[in-house]
Formats: sequence, structure tokens, C-alpha cells
Amino acid sequence: MKKIKILLCIALIAALSLAVIACDNNDTPATPDAPAQDVTPPAGSGDFDWRAHAGTTLNIMFNQHPYADTVIERIPEFEALTGITVRHSVTPEENYFDVLTLALNARSGNPDIFMTGAYQIWDYAPAGFIQPLEDFINDPARTFPGYNFADFYEAVVGALRWDLVPGNMVGTGSQWALPMGFELNNLAFNQRIFDEHGLEPPRTTEELLTAAKALHEFNGPGTYGVALRGTRNWATIHPGYMTLFATWGARDFEVVDGRLVSRVDSPEAIAMTDFWVELIRYGGPPQWTTYTWYQAGASFGAGNAAMLFDATCNGYFQNYPAGASAESGNLAWLPGPLPPGATYSRSNIWIWSMAMNAYSQNQDAAWLFMQYFTGPEFQAWAGTRNPDAPRRSVSTSAEYIGVVGASVGYLEALEADLPHATIQFTPQPEFIQTTTMWAATLQDLVAGQYSSTEEAMRNLAERKTALLANVEIPQ
Amino acid sequence: MTPSQTTAEIAVIPENINTVQFKTRIRPYLIIAPALLVTIGILIPFAMSIFYSLTNFDFRRRDYDFVGLRNWIGMFTSDVFWHALWVTIRYAFFSTGFALLFGLGVAMLLTSIDNAFSRILRVALVFPLMVAPVISTLIWNLMLNNSVGIVERFLNLFGIFGFPWHASHGTAMMTAVMIDVWVNTPFVIVLIMAGLQSLPKSPFESAKIDGGSAWFNFRKLTLPILKPYIYVALLFRLMASLQEFGIIFALTSGGPGNTLMNLSLSAHQRGFRFFEVGISLTYILFLWVVIFILAKQIVKRWQIAQRTATGRMADGSEG
Repeated sequence: MKKIKILLCIALIAALSLAVIACDNNDTPATPDAPAQDVTPPAGSGDFDWRAHAGTTLNIMFNQHPYADTVIERIPEFEALTGITVRHSVTPEENYFDVLTLALNARSGNPDIFMTGAYQIWDYAPAGFIQPLEDFINDPARTFPGYNFADFYEAVVGALRWDLVPGNMVGTGSQWALPMGFELNNLAFNQRIFDEHGLEPPRTTEELLTAAKALHEFNGPGTYGVALRGTRNWATIHPGYMTLFATWGARDFEVVDGRLVSRVDSPEAIAMTDFWVELIRYGGPPQWTTYTWYQAGASFGAGNAAMLFDATCNGYFQNYPAGASAESGNLAWLPGPLPPGATYSRSNIWIWSMAMNAYSQNQDAAWLFMQYFTGPEFQAWAGTRNPDAPRRSVSTSAEYIGVVGASVGYLEALEADLPHATIQFTPQPEFIQTTTMWAATLQDLVAGQYSSTEEAMRNLAERKTALLANVEIPQ
Repeated sequence: MTPSQTTAEIAVIPENINTVQFKTRIRPYLIIAPALLVTIGILIPFAMSIFYSLTNFDFRRRDYDFVGLRNWIGMFTSDVFWHALWVTIRYAFFSTGFALLFGLGVAMLLTSIDNAFSRILRVALVFPLMVAPVISTLIWNLMLNNSVGIVERFLNLFGIFGFPWHASHGTAMMTAVMIDVWVNTPFVIVLIMAGLQSLPKSPFESAKIDGGSAWFNFRKLTLPILKPYIYVALLFRLMASLQEFGIIFALTSGGPGNTLMNLSLSAHQRGFRFFEVGISLTYILFLWVVIFILAKQIVKRWQIAQRTATGRMADGSEG
């Protein structure tokens, strides 16, 4: 009797486990042979056969992000249109690239499509993990007539092209990915706080430092001038810091005699870093070294920070929709602040993109997915939920302007910065390692571990150059 | 064959005898089969790790070359490694030491006092063990936040504002150890309490008659008998704190600067962030050697303590 009870328990546990696994499976079975019902193909499809790969199953890896959410919301429509079954996973950003790298390194073809940033392309493309897309984009048999690749902003889509030569800037070579959305980096400020303190929004670095200092503890302990990221990884360097670094006229690397030489110890780099350290010390968050995208944005939205020098959409998600944060409706935007002598901000750009696994066995089906979710129609729909649309047709539409333009100064700042925006980093194979070293040095510098900014930056430059000593640049 | 079996019986059932003999022979192998499978499951990746540590295996490249001891020499000549080793030792020393001290103290208090409050505490103190260390760290992270954290609000009452906790080079180690101790002390408490409840009564009654002080009782009776339990707690806590990854990773990812970059985080960073798997494995294997040597020493002392404690408990009069 006891044995029967034990067996029953085991059977019950097994059944429950199977049920849980079944519920957790993120695939929605498509009906390969059924005709597409109640689903209108995207405008401009003409005779394009969206069902050419019905019955195929695609695996997609997403980073946890609002851009991914909008895609996931519309997957059922894609499945109904194409007869393709889509299985997807969503991984939090902190571990996303660890998981993705392992999956790609397995060279199994799973995932067929993955979300990536432009910097990661510098690792994945030379490794042969990513399928170049130009053969798909330029093939009328594979791409629906209304796709209109030229509609993408060149600053955005060009940043996803690279010729695989370390030291060569982005913009030439194969198209490795397509943009889902992008982020520039500029200054967001809280109008209410500035009005209450009788301050003018800063347009120069000098005004930024003055305002940040003036707003230190503006509403008691814990409140401060400007929210900035500060954790020990590349994400600390690439938003505000790299934008100002480039605007100040500094470069991270130069090619000298066929080798990459770090230039983070140039006079411009030292002056800019000195400014940044002062900004953090006297006007930054009290726990700056713990500040990620989330802390910086949330602190700004909660009214603890008067300004945010970070990704455009980070502040936007605190402002829109109404009630998104305590300060929703009070937030406004300006182009990146200008150092002495600069006439425009050279914003660093980040692009959440879709790339195709070079080992995918379902590349044509994967291309259907990619063109559907980067096509004009989906992007127009997504553009009313997420700002920073990568397509001109979307960002100039009345609906987009009506929604995104409601955030004061947002579109104007975007318009001012976009023509000069690109990836300001020099593509090279040790991007993650060199920027992690950079962030750690910045943390040490703010904590006073170096006698001067010059000493810190010289030390950093030596280490970065040494790390890349073996990277040969083909002539 | 039993003596009661007759020749006729043997002749009739030779096949049964073969079956029985086969079952008898196979039984030991079947018994150890699961252990063997687990051992193979451990040894194969272990051997592969040693092999890959001698190569330049990198996630970004399809091919790799045998590089001999280059990764090992590179590690031992790197400042990053020695810094990571120093961080590992300090972290393990403080987190294990405080967990053992607090665990011993709280367990003795809870055992010596029996009222409603102590009974509630015995249950409540186990709660941290039920939460994954990473989750505990994230909650602590929130509590220590200068803007919204409850700890900050509490400190404000005493005029302390904006205590930096894990955001500063000077206090990050203390903060990480504090969270580690909070998470893991209940494990020590449970273990020590089990030991305290198994203490024999007679030696304590004899000591009471002889007028032994509380300190004398603790030093000469309680501690020697508890030693095996303390060694077990030390073994588990030291091994875990030498390998600590989750708490530090969730708290600061090794920062500020390189303040909390221990051997595990360095290995993770080299392997999964920088893709240098060959180099990463040298850190992990070195850590394994350190833990193996320490664990062996602790187990040896545990065996001695076990024999001593058993002798005292059996004797019941020593002290």
C-alpha cells in the first residue's frame, strides 16, 4: 500500500512537472496548412509570398526590453500571416550576452534570430556567428517590395555595418543586423525643479556643472543634480561619458604603424574625464558606482535627480505614458551639453538590433521574421509605444510626432543630435574588456585612488594598448 | 548454498543457483553505479577543464591551440590574479569567521533559553536560508539604497545620511560580508543547535556539583563536544565563501574599481565577458586546489575532534 502511495506521488509530481514545462513553453503553434485568416500582409507586399516557409519553427532570443515586448506582442499575427511557429526566450540584460554567446558558440543554429547591440557585432561577426544581410535585403525574391531599406536613418543602420577590420570605423562593409530601435545620449531635465530653483536648463558643460552643484541635495539628503551610470562595465562608458568624450574632441584609439594605440591619455580625454569626475563628485548620485540604466532612470523619474545625462528613451519611459513616474509630465530634453569650442554634440549611439545566426538552418524563414518586424508597418505601430524610431517614415508621421512630440524638447533634441550621431568607439575585438577597464578606472578615479586624472588615464591607456598589442590590422 | 540444501535440490535448480550467484556478484556494482555515474559526470568536465586550461580556447574562435603552461604562467605573473586571491582570502576569512561566531553565540542563547520568544526565533532565524543568496542581495541592495532604502531611513534617525555601503571602495567589502553573514549564519545556527541538543547531561551535572563556572563548562565540556559540528560548519562555510560569486556579482559585479574582484568573479569575467575560456579555467582550477587542500585539513581535524568528542561523551566524567 505504501509503495502504491509512493508511486502515485511520483506519477503526480511527474505530471505536474510536465504541465509546468508545457505552460512555460513560449511557442504558439501556427497552422502551416491553413490559409492566412484575418491577417492583412504589410502594405507594399504585392505578390510577395509570406507563406513560403509555412511549417518552419523559428527560435528567437530577446533581451528583456520594451523593444522586445512590442515584437513579442505581435508574434501571433506574424505566425498567422506566415504559418511559421515562433519560439522565443527573454533574458534579463545583466546575463543576456553571456547566454547568447554560449548559444552562438555552440554553432547549432539555435537561436535563428537574436537581439544584439552594435558593439557585440565586433565580437560575433569576426567569429562567424552572424549572417550578413545584404544578400537578403537586395534580393527582390526574398524581400517584400514595400520594405524600403533606404527609409532607415543612415546614422542608425550604418552603425550596424562593419568591414571586420579592427580600427576601421562603422559604416562600411556588410550589414550585420537591422535596427529595432536606437538611443542617442543627451540631457533630460526636470522643468519643475529648475523652475522652483530659478535655474536655466544647461546647454554647455560649464552650465551643467554649475547647475548640478547648485542642485546638490536640492530637496534634502539623497537628492542630487544629475543622474549618471556608474557600474563596473561598458554600460557606464557608452552613454553620457562617451558622448561628451567625443564632443570634447577625444578619441579612444588611433591606428599607428598597423597597431591600435589607446588615446585616452590625450589632453582632450584628460580634460573631459576631469570634468566628468568633478560632475560626479559634486553633482552626481551618492551611490554612483551602483547606478545602472535602471537606477539612473528611476531616480530621475522619482524626482531625486534634477537631470539625467543618459539614453534618450531612458528618461522618456519615465515621462510617457502619463503616470509612468512621479515626475511624469515634468521632464524635458535638450541636446547634449557642449564643451568650450564645440558647436554640436557628437552623440554616441546604441542600437538594439536583430541579427541572424550564420548557422541557422532556417535562414529564409528567419529573414521573413526580420523584415516583418523591422518593416515600415510594424515600426510605425511600435513607434507610438517606443520613441527613437529608426525609420524616417515613422519619425515624420503625424501619429509619431503627436505621441513622442508631447514630451517637451524630445524631438528637437533628437533632430539636433542625430546628424552627428554615430558609434564613437573604435571597433576592435576587445571592446568589452577595454571598456570594463575604463569603467573600473573611472570608479577608482572618483574614489580618489589616483593622484590625478592624468595619472589614471595614462595608466589606462598603457593597459589598453598592451591588451591590443597582438591585434594586427590588415593593410 | 546453505548447509540445509540437499544434492537433489541442487541438481534440480542449477539455473536458480546461477541466477542467485549472478545477482550476488552484480549487486555491489549496482549499488555503486549511481556514485560511479556521478563521479564520471564530475571527472569528465574536470579533466576537460585541465585540458582547456592548457589551450588558448576562446568563445570567439572555432579553433584553438595547445599553449602549454602559458595561461598558468600568465596568471601567476598577473597583478589581477594576486589582487583577486587577496580579495578571496579576506572575504572568506571575515564571512566565515563572523558566521561561525554569530552562529555559535545565537545557537547557545537559543538553546539555553526556552520561552515563547526563543521558540519563535528558532523558526524565524531559518528564513534567510529559504531565500536564494542572489535574491537576498537584491533585497539588501534596495534596503541600502540612499534614496529609498529602509536602512538609510533608520540611520537618518541617528543623524547619518548617505552612508556609501557597497558604493565605496572603503565599505564595499564590509557590506558584502554583512549580507553573506546574514544569509549564511542560520545554517551555522541550525548545525550548532543540533550539536548542543546532543550534549550528554551527566558531565554537566557533575561539573555543577563540583561548582564549575559557566566559562569552565563551555571551554572544557561544551566546546570539545561541539567541535565536530563547528568543523562541519567551518568546512561548508569556508568552501562556499572561497567560491563566493552570487552575492558579490549581484551587489557590485566586483566593483567599485576592482575592490571585490575575487577569484570566482575574475574567472567569470575572463570566461563569459572576455571569452578567454582557457585563462578563465586556470583561475577556477587554482581555486579548486586551494579548496581541496583546506578541505582535507579540516576533515582531518574533524575526524580527530569526532574521536575526542565520542570519547568524552562515552566517558561522561572527564573535565
